Amino acid sequence: MCEQQDLIEGAGIAAMLDGQQIALFYVPEAEQKVFAISNWDPIGKANVLSRGLLANLKEQWTVASPLYKQHYELQSGQCLEEEGVKITTWPVKLETGKVFVACK
Amino acid sequence: MTINTSTTDKPRLVVVGNGMVGHHFIEQLIEQGAQHQFSIDVFGEEPHLAYDRVHLSEYFTGKAAADLAMTDGRLYDEHGVRYFTNSQVVGIDRAAKSLQLASGDSLPYDLLVLATGSYPFVPPMPGHDRDNTFVYRTLEDLDAIRDCAKQVTRGTVVGGGLLGLEAANALKNLGLETSVIEFAPRLMPVQLDETGGQVLKEMIEGLDVSVNTATATQEIIDGEQAFHRMNFADGSHLETDLILFSAGIRPQDALARQSGLEIGERGGICVNNDCLTSDDSIYAIGECALWNGRIFGLVAPGYSMAKAAAAHIMGDVDKRFMGADMSTKLKLLGCDVGSIGDAHAQTQGCKVFVYQDELTQSYRKMVVSEDGKKLLGAVLVGDNSYYDTLLQYYLNAIDLPDNAQSLILPSMDGAPAALGVDALPATASICSCHNVSKQDISDAVCAGALSVGDVKGVTKAATGCGGCAALLKKVVDNELLALGVEVSTDICEHFAYTRQDLYNLIKIEGIKTFAELLQKHGKGHGCEICKPAVGSILASVWNDYVLKKEHIGLQDTNDRFLANMQKDGTYSIVPRIPGGEITPDKLIVLGQVAKDYGLYTKITGGQRIDLFGATLPQLPEIWEKLVAAGFETGQAYGKSLRTVKSCVGSTWCRYGVNDSMGMAIHLENRYKGLRSPHKIKFAVSGCTRECAEAQSKDIGVIATEGGWNLYVCGNGGMKPRHADLFATDLDDETLVKYIDRVLMFYTKTADRLQRTSVWMEGLEGGLDYLKEVVIEDKLGLCEELEQSMQHVVDTFQCEWKTTLEDEQALKNFRQFVNYEGGDANVVFVEERNQIRPATEAEKQQLIAKAG
Repeated sequence: MCEQQDLIEGAGIAAMLDGQQIALFYVPEAEQKVFAISNWDPIGKANVLSRGLLANLKEQWTVASPLYKQHYELQSGQCLEEEGVKITTWPVKLETGKVFVACK
Repeated sequence: MTINTSTTDKPRLVVVGNGMVGHHFIEQLIEQGAQHQFSIDVFGEEPHLAYDRVHLSEYFTGKAAADLAMTDGRLYDEHGVRYFTNSQVVGIDRAAKSLQLASGDSLPYDLLVLATGSYPFVPPMPGHDRDNTFVYRTLEDLDAIRDCAKQVTRGTVVGGGLLGLEAANALKNLGLETSVIEFAPRLMPVQLDETGGQVLKEMIEGLDVSVNTATATQEIIDGEQAFHRMNFADGSHLETDLILFSAGIRPQDALARQSGLEIGERGGICVNNDCLTSDDSIYAIGECALWNGRIFGLVAPGYSMAKAAAAHIMGDVDKRFMGADMSTKLKLLGCDVGSIGDAHAQTQGCKVFVYQDELTQSYRKMVVSEDGKKLLGAVLVGDNSYYDTLLQYYLNAIDLPDNAQSLILPSMDGAPAALGVDALPATASICSCHNVSKQDISDAVCAGALSVGDVKGVTKAATGCGGCAALLKKVVDNELLALGVEVSTDICEHFAYTRQDLYNLIKIEGIKTFAELLQKHGKGHGCEICKPAVGSILASVWNDYVLKKEHIGLQDTNDRFLANMQKDGTYSIVPRIPGGEITPDKLIVLGQVAKDYGLYTKITGGQRIDLFGATLPQLPEIWEKLVAAGFETGQAYGKSLRTVKSCVGSTWCRYGVNDSMGMAIHLENRYKGLRSPHKIKFAVSGCTRECAEAQSKDIGVIATEGGWNLYVCGNGGMKPRHADLFATDLDDETLVKYIDRVLMFYTKTADRLQRTSVWMEGLEGGLDYLKEVVIEDKLGLCEELEQSMQHVVDTFQCEWKTTLEDEQALKNFRQFVNYEGGDANVVFVEERNQIRPATEAEKQQLIAKAG
């Protein structure tokens, strides 16, 4: 996907995976250092989640959408505010300074 | 004027007089739905509808007639209340139940309410009606005084009571050498005792107002050095140019008198507890009414009468007028004066405590019952911070504590011992202007009003004179606590601190990063609440580049990309155009850039130009061009100074009195780097026509003949708030000094995302407190505030310029880390010759077409 040094500590960047936009978050404090979720905010209807703020709520890692501030869980993709809303997530691996995302 | 009387079958209710009490009466009627039962007409003699006479003097310090107005007529119109200004009622035919108007018309009534108020008493000495003699009651009186004051140098007030001293303050503000002549042996003889009057006299003389007590004026004749000479009974005399009579009021009862209603021996229309006169279809309320042999010359009892009369008309016989407390606290010529209950210690057997400090000129007296258990009265001169607590003991007949004298003694930590609001009975009156009790507030809180602002809205408490605002906050907080509503002031789950606490921790401990703050004082890893708040505080205090590695994760998307995200994920760009002044060349650059990138272009409300539709990678490219042309970031994305709106001022405008343009640019350049709890907007107007709308801004500046008037904490937008007049006739240097202090004090103490208007509403002590902090340096903070601001000014950098020079920061603006293309979901269509984001439906259509 990219080099580890392309990631921004404590924030997200966007990447393209098989024609789909994804957001990569680098969270050094978390056990799983890097998370990959869909870049599409289904409520705001725009590709913006990589530009949201990381929020650690009750020990869960989430991103707050920059548009209307809903939280999405980085691990599961679950929206905390809307039960029926869930976004796609991908397994990520950090190896020898490179970032790998598993295609589905 | 012809008044149509045939429009209705409903009984006719006519109100004569549209002062504060007459207006309050109409409000009461409307609140109780009286407009459905009655056809209501209001007659006012003055050209204006009701205005705030209590704050009349502010007409001289920058407020316009519209600012003092209690209604613009909309309330009346909306409820079908007809009103007639400039309309004097000259006679009542009680037998025929009809009114005669000065215009010759007559008008039938079923119920009549007289709210004719009072008129100023002018002692009938020879010469009292010479030119350049005035009274102080209406806006027209003030206009005449102002006109005269422009021509002359010396002014004298006859009367040293409450209104007389208020008038003296006004003359002083108009720049006149001012004297006060009082017949009684002391100032404010009604409210103060001898020592209190003496202390006040010394304080006022210290302000260059000369005071003559025990002085009787015998005649006014032509002066030798001035327009008038006033000859006194003791053979001395005073030369002065302007004389203002303020020797008390007399009830305006002429109409009642000639129609044969019962009148008191010394004037006033006799009323009972329902405010009914001797004719049971005529009521009288306010200063024209005589109840139990007393005239009430304050607004609060007038309001109570209005309530009682309205209730009686609507068939509610329980809300009777039962007299009123005449305790008062005020600031006269900057001196605190308070008087409660039996200030003169006339109660049989009463005992007195006195405290006097000649060094700081303060005097306090408590009058207590013979057994020492109840407070009967008090006098305060020099420091009114003791007033609220004493008043509550007095009004609610609460048993005094042991060592009751501590209530007027300075406490060791500087603050007087306050009465816990828990100790107040439910019936305790919190707001006397609107007659709101502790129980009313408790009811409002139980019904869901969970903030001071909400409670104000529901009960009107603290919206009259505002003197009870601090007490109201305590009662509301106490009620919330009692209800078990957790009043958590923690900023979020990661920090058990308020924003103000965090500010102080960061500043005092020299904390430079979020990680350090979290490690020392927080828990967890932060969230979208605390991160931007701390990011903002760090920027306010240290003013580092916000995109530094350790700060970037704290920034909201707008701050992170130094632009404003729009609904489709593209950004808008707003370069700074200080004061809205821009050269044609720069305007052409903006036009060219917008054209080259196909950006939607719009003029903002803050006199700038907003370019919409830029993608992430375009932002640095566009800024490269803008910075090269001399533009700086406009920080439209930040919680920081947005714009300083301005008119062209005296440079071009034939009405301008000062260079508002120059001042606006100076202020915008000074404060442009400040990150604050929320966005800040300024405006500077070149004259009182106020074309820049400064009174709706966080900081508003209006040019005057004498310098600048400074307004603070206004707001437009969702919840408009008229800015408060903070200081008048400032020179350039003082203006900037005060703004430095106000802004830094706000930055230091406000909650996150709290605009100055809301901050002011919640500030304990309100405007007066802010003045004490900023002007009198009560907290000893001013030097620190100025230094903090100077640091921000000295370390300003254009964030876009810095970003363009930083390779690492520029990487941030790639759309994708591994792909050069753009976001396929960003689609524009054309409208009115410019782009706009396509709607979802339009996107579907475009996809279908392409497919």
